[in-house]
Amino acid sequence: MSATGRPHTVYFFGTCLVDLFYPEAGLAGMELLQREGVTVVFPQNQTCCGQPARNNGHPDEARAVARIQLDAFPGDWPIVVPSGSCAGMMKTHYPHLFENDPDHARAVAFSARVFELTQFLVDVLKVQLTDRGKPVTVTWHPSCHSQREMGVVEQPKALLRQLANVTLVENPRETECCGFGGTFSVKQPEISAAMVADKVESIQRTGATQVVSGDCGCLMNITGAAEKSRNLVTGQHIAAFLMERCHGR
Amino acid sequence: MAVDAPAGFGAPTGFGAPTGFGAKAHVALNDPKLRANFRRAMDGLMDKRAAQFSDAGEWKALRARGAAVRARALAHLPQLLEQLEARLTANGITVHWAETTGEANAIVLGILQQAGATRVIKGKSMVTEEMHLNAHLEANGITAVESDLGEYIIQLAGQAPSHIVMPCIHMNKAEIAELFAAKIPGQTYTENVDELTAAARKALRGRFAEADAGISGVNFAVAETGTLVLIENEGNGRLSTTLPPLHIAVTGIEKVLEKLEDVAPLLSLLPRSATGQVITTYVNMISGPRKPGEKDGPKAVHLVLLDNGRSRVYGDVELADTLRCIRCAACMNHCPVYTRVGGHTYSFTYPGPIGKILTPQLEGLDCAGDQPHASTLCGACAEVCPVQIPIPDLLARLRTEAVTPSSIAVKGGGGGVSLADSLGWGGWTALYSRPLVYRLSTRLLGVFGNLMPAWLPMLRQWTSVRTKPKFAAKSLHQLARERGFSDDQR
Repeated sequence: MSATGRPHTVYFFGTCLVDLFYPEAGLAGMELLQREGVTVVFPQNQTCCGQPARNNGHPDEARAVARIQLDAFPGDWPIVVPSGSCAGMMKTHYPHLFENDPDHARAVAFSARVFELTQFLVDVLKVQLTDRGKPVTVTWHPSCHSQREMGVVEQPKALLRQLANVTLVENPRETECCGFGGTFSVKQPEISAAMVADKVESIQRTGATQVVSGDCGCLMNITGAAEKSRNLVTGQHIAAFLMERCHGR
Repeated sequence: MAVDAPAGFGAPTGFGAPTGFGAKAHVALNDPKLRANFRRAMDGLMDKRAAQFSDAGEWKALRARGAAVRARALAHLPQLLEQLEARLTANGITVHWAETTGEANAIVLGILQQAGATRVIKGKSMVTEEMHLNAHLEANGITAVESDLGEYIIQLAGQAPSHIVMPCIHMNKAEIAELFAAKIPGQTYTENVDELTAAARKALRGRFAEADAGISGVNFAVAETGTLVLIENEGNGRLSTTLPPLHIAVTGIEKVLEKLEDVAPLLSLLPRSATGQVITTYVNMISGPRKPGEKDGPKAVHLVLLDNGRSRVYGDVELADTLRCIRCAACMNHCPVYTRVGGHTYSFTYPGPIGKILTPQLEGLDCAGDQPHASTLCGACAEVCPVQIPIPDLLARLRTEAVTPSSIAVKGGGGGVSLADSLGWGGWTALYSRPLVYRLSTRLLGVFGNLMPAWLPMLRQWTSVRTKPKFAAKSLHQLARERGFSDDQR
């Protein structure tokens, strides 16, 4: 940290979903940090936070994968994550996951350094964005873990409200789960399908043409269902959306 | 979906079968009327609750008190139960202990038979549902009539409750109108709610008057004073517990509170969380039978305390939090799964999030192991729980117990894993715990991943209502390296 409390360097944990399916969102997140004068370090040894195994009753497997992340982020810099869900896993579940493990203290210290991307941009860096994009109406979808585990509720909306040409409309069913739930989507496919259909409908009803979210699991679910049902609603990760607005694309 | 879980895991068959949750959900999801009934009702309940707790600071402080009261009671449960028995006995209430539902049924039947009672009026009680008491009494020639309006309706319909506070919430006005016209003599079809309520009231008055005994549940049993607290809105609870000459209260052993003052925060939290009411219309504090010289009240009062697996659950420090529950139903009112599949999909007495953690613990994971998986772990339940039960964490814990049993508190663990699961998670771990292998694999997926056919396990379920996820040509690892982001290896 510098004397002003602003860190000069941060780690970026990309998440496995971003890595494979939404790398542009990851890059945008790193750029948003970089343009604030922060050095961004991307450890090449990072893989996955381990949440899928933990949530499916395999904590030993989750711990083995989580330990790789403890190794990959050895410095004391903040760890910024473009996902409330993966951040929630690392911040709220790592200490419990490593209980009675030699790496417990390391896991606790690690979890204390974890930030969700918009939380870091707003609360720590206090970014001010200038909108160079065309007028557009969007709505926000918070992931369950971003709002309930990370307490990230206002930060992403505050960022969207900084954009002069962006109209943010609230979805009355904003806080309701989209039905992704990781393996839930394939273990209970029919319930998941009902949930995501309702979510897509609620988004469409807001009048927004685009849904912005901070979690790629939700996005893959919502936009995949919208596309399959030929709904015109599109979706984008908030990092990619913000970067495009700043560039005027 | 390839990344989130290993191939082979999560086919809807396998250990998802025990209670047939998926099959029942399928039926419920394809019943538009049922779905509309639940959606409308849960929306209303969520709005009413939100209006009660608009002051975030007050909510936070009050639920912390509620959780502390329940945690303190559970911390001293064995001593408090002994104290409760002593105080109740001193107050003239006879206490009975039942380890199983069978024992509890036998005790209730024995009390009734000894008193020569054949007509019973019942106040609402989920524990008697857990015991299937009505059927047991019926088989022994005793008629038990439910007097809570919702319970009365489902008893007429021959159904089980679909919600722990509002048992007939799955039905709409028209369905109830049809039921009444068919089952209540002289009743003509009407959808007028006042008329329907009046019809039930009229039909029930005679049952109250002729009842030989009243059976009720208990919301809180106060050890300090030997008081049974019963809250309700219709006055039927007060009638059931005061009019007949005999009152039998039935409850789980976890419902005990240490002090009378502990009732206060829970009396505020429970109705506000349940139905959005500041307080229920009736708050009954039962502290004994009719005393000499008194003109009303039952001549004898009994309390049956049911264990049915609760003391086993109590043996695990983490899972024991389940026993804090005060049965407000806020968790199910806010559950996106419950809202869509309704209470009957859960097969057992307690539906929704609390049922998903309680049922597998009471009945065994081998019996209800599919229930903890019927959740996205969204956390809406824990957010509104007035006694701060960490439901998603307990769901995850029970999923673990199903794979690797670690606690004698959980019955039937260890059966929840197939060879395909083991291989799948083994492969997943091998991939994600080896950074080099991982980077190579993601490169290959970037090149070949989109060739994966949609009929593959998991991708098949995913693509039933969604398009295939598109692998990016280059991973973030590759792009970060190309753009010169530092890979600090200290």
